[in-house]
Order: sequence, then structure tokens, then C-alpha cells
Amino acid sequence: MAESRRVDTRGLKCPVPVVRMNGEVRDVPAGEDLHVIADDPAFPPDVKAWCRRTGHELVSLETIDGVTEAVVRVVR
Amino acid sequence: MTITHATPTGADLATLHRENLELAARVARLEKQMGGVPDKNALSLCVFSDDLDRLLAAFSIANSSAACGMQVTMYFTFWATSALKRTGPQAAGKTIVERMFGWMLPGGPKVRSLSKLQMGGMGRAMVEREMRLKGIAGLAEQMEMAKSTGIQILVCSMTMDLMGIRREELVEYPGLEVCGTTKFIDIAASGNVTFFI
Repeated sequence: MAESRRVDTRGLKCPVPVVRMNGEVRDVPAGEDLHVIADDPAFPPDVKAWCRRTGHELVSLETIDGVTEAVVRVVR
Repeated sequence: MTITHATPTGADLATLHRENLELAARVARLEKQMGGVPDKNALSLCVFSDDLDRLLAAFSIANSSAACGMQVTMYFTFWATSALKRTGPQAAGKTIVERMFGWMLPGGPKVRSLSKLQMGGMGRAMVEREMRLKGIAGLAEQMEMAKSTGIQILVCSMTMDLMGIRREELVEYPGLEVCGTTKFIDIAASGNVTFFI
């Protein structure tokens, strides 16, 4: 299995994490996961909304000590 | 018991044919009026202000929406047009008044002032410092980002004319188009979200 793809947006604020994630997701084949790390408090609600709009699947979303990790499964 | 089959006569068929043609013409007319089905995934922003805070809000919303797969159009009119001007000397062949507009409305993302707490430039410096320290993308960065997220930029031709801004004084932006309000309203009317900032 291929190494899981990650994008670390720590230190970046809205709207940059979502824009970065969207840029990264273009290179991910359908059915594969992208791990997104963020410490922007706007990120958890934003990633949910982004998945709803784009149709990608939010596999998991977890925030520990202000750092969020979202796993997005690419749907095309 | 006798069952009578209703055999259509020539007259009935002619009536049906006529009604069918009338209905088809009506549908075509209504479809033309509607201008096609609105694109449910389109955001149109009329950007009017040249204030740093308002421009940041406009570009943040625009970039996020584009990242969500929405078709985003930003229409720059009046004061906002300055933000799209290049820095450097003005184009040649301007009238005195046009030149004055150029001096009083400097171009580019770096010289914008705040709509509140400007305090002769101190406010802006403070906001820019805080943004840098907190990792918030500045206006120049957001404008660059708009190129990669595929935002369409339109510029009001009447404003350009009024303020004597020449096409070559605008920044390099892929697909940037100078147009009138009709083009903007046509795009806005076919989408479902419109903002005025």
C-alpha cells in the first residue's frame, strides 16, 4: 500500500488550509485518502463544509490539543 | 354489448398536431426567458471598496468558494479597481484630472488602508504585523492564490474610463476582462450566491 498522502497546514489560517487541501487533492487518485493536519480553529467546520460541497468523503476528524487531523477519501 | 373504438378522424389529428406545435413554441419561449438552468454552484462578488479589510474578506470568501468547486467571479468597480492597478508610473496621454485620480488612488495590494482604525497608517501596520505573526494570508498572497483557484476577474469599463485607468496599468491576471455591468449581471443571475463588498 502506498504511503498515505499528507498535507500539513499548521500555522496557516483561513482560507489557506482549505485552498491547500483542495490543491493537494487534485493529485490523489479516487478512493485514496488524504490526511490534512491543521491548527486553525476554523478548519473542522470548514473541512466538513468542503466535503459536502465537493463530494469527497470525510472519513475521520479528530482534534487533540488544538491540532486537527482530517482524513479525506477522494471521490470522483 | 357493443364496444365502439374511437377512431381518430383527420380533423382530430390536425387539432392535436396544432396544439403540439403551440406547446413546443411556448416551452422554447420560456426556456429562452430563463436563460438556461441556473448554475447552483456559482458565486459572484461585486467588489466596490478599496479598503484592505473589505478586500481581504472578498478574497477569503472567493478563494474558499473556488476551493469548494464553485465557479467564482469577482467584478471590480469604482474604488476597488485601484487594488488591481500595477505600481509604478502612470500611462502616458492622460488628462490632468485622470492623472490626479492616479496620484490619489495608488495601485496594488500593499497600499490599501483600513475602513476602521486606520490611524494615519498605524492601524494598517499593526494589522499587517499581527497577520504576519499569526500566519494569516495577506492581500497580495490572496490575490496570487486567486490565480491558482481559478477565480474569474472582471473590471468595470466605466470605472476605468471615469478614472482614466488604462488596460496596461492593470496587473497581469489570467483571463482578466474589462466589461460592463451587463456581463456581470448575466453571470450573477445564472448563479445562486451574490455578494456586494
